[in-house]
Amino acid sequence: MEGHSQYTPKSGFARWLERRLPILSFMHDSFVSYPTPKNLNYMWVFGAILSFMLVAQIVTGVVLAMHYTPETTLAFDSVEKIMRDVNWGTILRYAHANGASMFFLAVYLHIFRGMYYGSYKDPREVLWILGVVIFMLMMATGFLGYVLPWGQMSFWAATVITNLFSAIPVVGTAITTWLLGGYSVDNATLNRFYALHYLLPFIIVAIVALHVWALHVTGQNNPAGVEVKDVKRDTVPFTPHATMKDAVGIAAFLVVYAWLTFFVPNYLGHPDNYIEANPLVTPPHIVPEWYFLPFYAILRAIPNKLIGVIALFASILITAALPWLDTSKVKSAVFRPLFRKEFWIFVAVCIGLGYLGAQPAEGAYLWFARVLSAYYFLHFLVILPVIGRIEKPEPVPESIDASIMRGKTSHV
Amino acid sequence: MTSKDTAVKPAEPSRRDILYIATGAAAAGAAAAVIWPLIAQMNPDASTLALASTEVDLSSVPEGQIVTVKWRGKPVFVRHRTPAEIKAAEDVALSALPDPEPDSKRVQKPEWLVVIGVCTHLGCIPTGKEGEFDGWFCPCHGSVYDLSGRIRSGPAPTNLEVPPYAFIAENKIKIG
Repeated sequence: MEGHSQYTPKSGFARWLERRLPILSFMHDSFVSYPTPKNLNYMWVFGAILSFMLVAQIVTGVVLAMHYTPETTLAFDSVEKIMRDVNWGTILRYAHANGASMFFLAVYLHIFRGMYYGSYKDPREVLWILGVVIFMLMMATGFLGYVLPWGQMSFWAATVITNLFSAIPVVGTAITTWLLGGYSVDNATLNRFYALHYLLPFIIVAIVALHVWALHVTGQNNPAGVEVKDVKRDTVPFTPHATMKDAVGIAAFLVVYAWLTFFVPNYLGHPDNYIEANPLVTPPHIVPEWYFLPFYAILRAIPNKLIGVIALFASILITAALPWLDTSKVKSAVFRPLFRKEFWIFVAVCIGLGYLGAQPAEGAYLWFARVLSAYYFLHFLVILPVIGRIEKPEPVPESIDASIMRGKTSHV
Repeated sequence: MTSKDTAVKPAEPSRRDILYIATGAAAAGAAAAVIWPLIAQMNPDASTLALASTEVDLSSVPEGQIVTVKWRGKPVFVRHRTPAEIKAAEDVALSALPDPEPDSKRVQKPEWLVVIGVCTHLGCIPTGKEGEFDGWFCPCHGSVYDLSGRIRSGPAPTNLEVPPYAFIAENKIKIG
């Protein structure tokens, strides 16, 4: 994907700037002339959507911060003040809260896209791991932000999540006290969560820059899963081709985002979070936001505290090992008949865990959660490595260009 | 390191080597000294540590009742147990307990059970007089505690913690 810049400065100022800071040619090479595989389908628009959502969350977050007060006796009221008194406050807050959900929706589709088309395989391992890092930072940011309104769910989410660290042998309690700044979730906790919630998005921006850098070194994967061999035959310039496609994707995505924000802004929320935090009463049924439910189900499925916590973290971290767990040389599931079936079973398992995470941890729900949690880990540790060895892949096209000519193209 | 001698045979450490090591060690020490306050500031501050004790008047708690008081920001359950409840708590075989502890070790006077009301699993507050043993039941992840606040089933690893407390009068305790 590397090569000499095709950019030629046209104005006098551009020539002057180019000799001092070649930012114009850098932007041109990255977002205009950058070669993208010509068989990309609509699953490749989520990178642009996620970039858009990151900016949307930072912009709405910064303006909400101008009205929010991170102090236990004032936090809940300051959020209500945003809802009632601040100009456009209702919409800004709903856009930010539902923006988090849309951000996670996009990142899950982006991750499953990568899994289906084998985007993590050689030479994109570092690109994939940076993605896992971004995902974990997103989870941390989402959790910290959920605590800020200081409702009952905020408070008890903070309690449960910080207590996960108390499972660590010997130093666990000391670590939890250190995280909380006290012996329970209180003002010190809220204050630092606010500081970190403001900080982490900018760290995400930095890691996203590395993620995009790594992407531009290796080039994009594509539905055929074969590398670009001939830039002229296999690729098209980013602008207008990818730019336009991304614009269509963002527009469609915005329809859903706008519908949530304007018509059902509390659909994904929990009514208990409109009750101010009360350290002496735990709500009878506490659930995290929908995007944490599968991991929450894994935590609850295991009847031992330490092992449950280890399983929770392992279920996220294991995705970073995917490039080495998937033993198949063929990238795209389009040419992998066995993996293609297993992929959809895995998607169903993840959705099933999400459903069970929202149910009470008892009876049949608990047993289903155990079976699905076991399958989740088996998928990574046993099924993927084995499928790579026993599967007979269908013939892979010799080039991106040939994959289109042959008819077996980009679609899923 | 540029002289020929040192390149050919690693002779005695030179003055420069010692300076490098000393400088490196000083820089590492200074970095640790800078990081320490940045980390330690997150621990509980002086005002949080100052709120470390609470007094409870027990005369207002009738037999069979549980009162909840706040100590260090956490709820503490003070339960005035009935003779039947005391007997039930004392009669449990230690082998039936995941975290074996006799009732007598958890109370100072059998009729008064004082425990921190925080589930040892993930910190929720269990509900009193619920669950299989009529002790406590944690609604978050289903841990069941008995009449001595001991874990009987569910994911919690240990019994409800007994806070440090003392009887400062016949009917008054000081927690912390």
